[in-house]
Amino acid sequence: MRRSFLAAAAAIALAMPGAALAQETIKIGILVALEGAFSEGGRDGVRGVELALRQVNNTAGGRRIETIVAPTDTRPDTAVRQARKLIEQDGVDFVIGPLSGSEGIAIRDYAKTVPDKTFINGSSGALETTWVDPAPNFFRFHTDGAQWGVGLGQYVVEQKRWRRIATVSADYSFGYTNFLGFAVDFCRAGGDIVRRFWVPLGASDYAGVIAQLPDDVDAIYLGLGGTDAINFLNQYAQAGAQMNFIGGTIMADQTVLTSRGRAKDLLIGTPTSGMISDENPDAAWTAYVAAYRGAFPEGQRFPSPTIFATGYHIATLAAIKALNDVSGDLSGGQRRFQQALATMELDTPLGKIKLDQNRQAIGPVFVNEVTARADGSLFNRMVKRADNVTQTLGLTPEQFRALGLPSRDNPDCARLRAGR
Amino acid sequence: MAALARANPIVVLLAGLLVAALLWLIIAPWPPGVTGVMGPKRVFLAAILSGITLGALYFLVASGFTLIFGLMRNVNLAHGSLYLLGGYIGFEVADRTGSWLLAFPVVFIIVAALGVVLQYVVFRRMEGEELRQTLVTIGLSIVIADLLLWIWGGKSYQILTPDFLSGPMDLPLITAVRSDGAAVYLRYPRVRIWILIAAVVVGVAMWLVINRTRIGMLIRAGVDDREMLAASGLPIQLVFVLVFAFGAGLAGVGGIVGGTFQSISPGEDTRFLLASLVVVIVGGMGSIPGAALGALIIGLAEQIGLVYAPTYSVVFTFLIMAAVLAFRPQGLLGARR
Repeated sequence: MRRSFLAAAAAIALAMPGAALAQETIKIGILVALEGAFSEGGRDGVRGVELALRQVNNTAGGRRIETIVAPTDTRPDTAVRQARKLIEQDGVDFVIGPLSGSEGIAIRDYAKTVPDKTFINGSSGALETTWVDPAPNFFRFHTDGAQWGVGLGQYVVEQKRWRRIATVSADYSFGYTNFLGFAVDFCRAGGDIVRRFWVPLGASDYAGVIAQLPDDVDAIYLGLGGTDAINFLNQYAQAGAQMNFIGGTIMADQTVLTSRGRAKDLLIGTPTSGMISDENPDAAWTAYVAAYRGAFPEGQRFPSPTIFATGYHIATLAAIKALNDVSGDLSGGQRRFQQALATMELDTPLGKIKLDQNRQAIGPVFVNEVTARADGSLFNRMVKRADNVTQTLGLTPEQFRALGLPSRDNPDCARLRAGR
Repeated sequence: MAALARANPIVVLLAGLLVAALLWLIIAPWPPGVTGVMGPKRVFLAAILSGITLGALYFLVASGFTLIFGLMRNVNLAHGSLYLLGGYIGFEVADRTGSWLLAFPVVFIIVAALGVVLQYVVFRRMEGEELRQTLVTIGLSIVIADLLLWIWGGKSYQILTPDFLSGPMDLPLITAVRSDGAAVYLRYPRVRIWILIAAVVVGVAMWLVINRTRIGMLIRAGVDDREMLAASGLPIQLVFVLVFAFGAGLAGVGGIVGGTFQSISPGEDTRFLLASLVVVIVGGMGSIPGAALGALIIGLAEQIGLVYAPTYSVVFTFLIMAAVLAFRPQGLLGARR
């Protein structure tokens, strides 16, 4: 009974004339983490999509756009389950997302099983997603976690004179990737990493790690994010230790800098780096921030957009531009749409972004320093900007491959330092 | 104790030596040889203290669980949900009134009231049907977890420590001696020490109530032989409701404590349910001192494991549980029935 019903439904769908399809709305699935450490960032990601769609009045390529949100909890299996739901049950045309590193790797593999659908990454930043055996229908229009580390290591060694550090980072693909980007730069500039701690994503008790942090180092690199970062800072403040910090990309994001309590003040003066800078003077960025503030009332948004909002926003901008380029034509397994995505040069709040042959963004990366405004609120002050950062961090693909994939023990700091 | 020493002189001697060695490790400044093997003393002491304070939190949650089981033979698998609910309500109260202390009575009353409702409306109807009660509590825990997710969303909440408890304090434990002879004392989060003290007070108070008062006598009688107590014409239903309310309220208060030194988010309910189960299995079902001992052992195993063998730390808890089940299935302080 059920099977015959499905067959009938399929027959009706096949029989529908193509002309009628063109008038139909386009359904976009938003795959976003709304549970777990990054739930606040995830909400901001949804805002980023909404903002981009509002600016074009929910229309692109002559067709109306409808969105369906599929919540995940940063676990790869949930991400795949929700992506399947979006595609098989909700019948979306393409998916924007996911948010977190390991989700991205899982969605890359899932994408290969549905080549006629398209995936535009939201804000997940693991290297492998577009570097190892990439999916032809998976696109990432923002720089990845390793790219986000570019310039920070050198800045720390040369400006801050911090050469001996210990690190505490999240024990999953994005944690490894973001750490690798920083460590390559830091070790090549002559820095030394004396001890590495890895804590699981979503851990809540950091007392054990905090007690073990060495006190004979110049600084501690913190590669945590979301509520993990907030929990760590609170417990660090409780333990009463005082140390210089170096922030991974999501350690000093607005999601952490606007948390309640005073523990976040520990971050003042912390150098960090990433794909955005809160007070980037660029006209495109200030216009984006103004639009973000105008679109959502205060209290229902962050003081300025987070990297999660920006990643999802840029992904939506890319989708809108590609839909306009192909006049809303998603027929033929979306090949024209995918071609338009792969070859476009996209105007974004961060400047022009284009993709490499792996469909991974080449774009700007910012080194920032956490600074307090007069009213006590914190933001990322821009200290340095590097443009056209490639996924191989300026190395040749062979050199970059020789570093090995990001992992707990990679990169080897002593080797990088010696190879300078 | 003396009889035990006569029966097993070697075991008692070994245990004594172990305790002495542990005391020496905690009190004496470490010579370089020991530091070489075990790392800095600061790390060791912090792990021990974290284990004890985590054990205190586990005790708060598990003591209610074990009391309810002991008296009503009801394995309340919704106990973790009461913990989580307490944490969320505690967050709201502390956030809106700015008073952390006020959160404790408010949460205790609200969650205890929910416990009364649960006992009176649900469990009283299926008394003695253990399988049915267990399944119903699983169902309740799923429903409550989804309701909490609906109301408070998926983000994680941190209850801010009040000013008088924030920051570190120096403990009279020497971690190292500087070259000029000055001793370095251990710095430890003040809030954790106070939570430990509070848990000890609660534990002692519970022990006193159970062993020294009339209501405690009723509870003990009920644990030993429920049918006989009921047959004696005593208001056993009232005792059931009171105990359930108290156990639930304690779980709720545990939620505030957990939200203060860790955080509260979806999933914490099952984590604490599992911890409570392990604690009462190790300590002995229905025994308050057993819950205290079990909580201490599990807390210490988790934290020491995390510091000295991070990869295997998850396994230790369950190894201990398996060992207890294999050699002393009624639990370390449980009565054989």
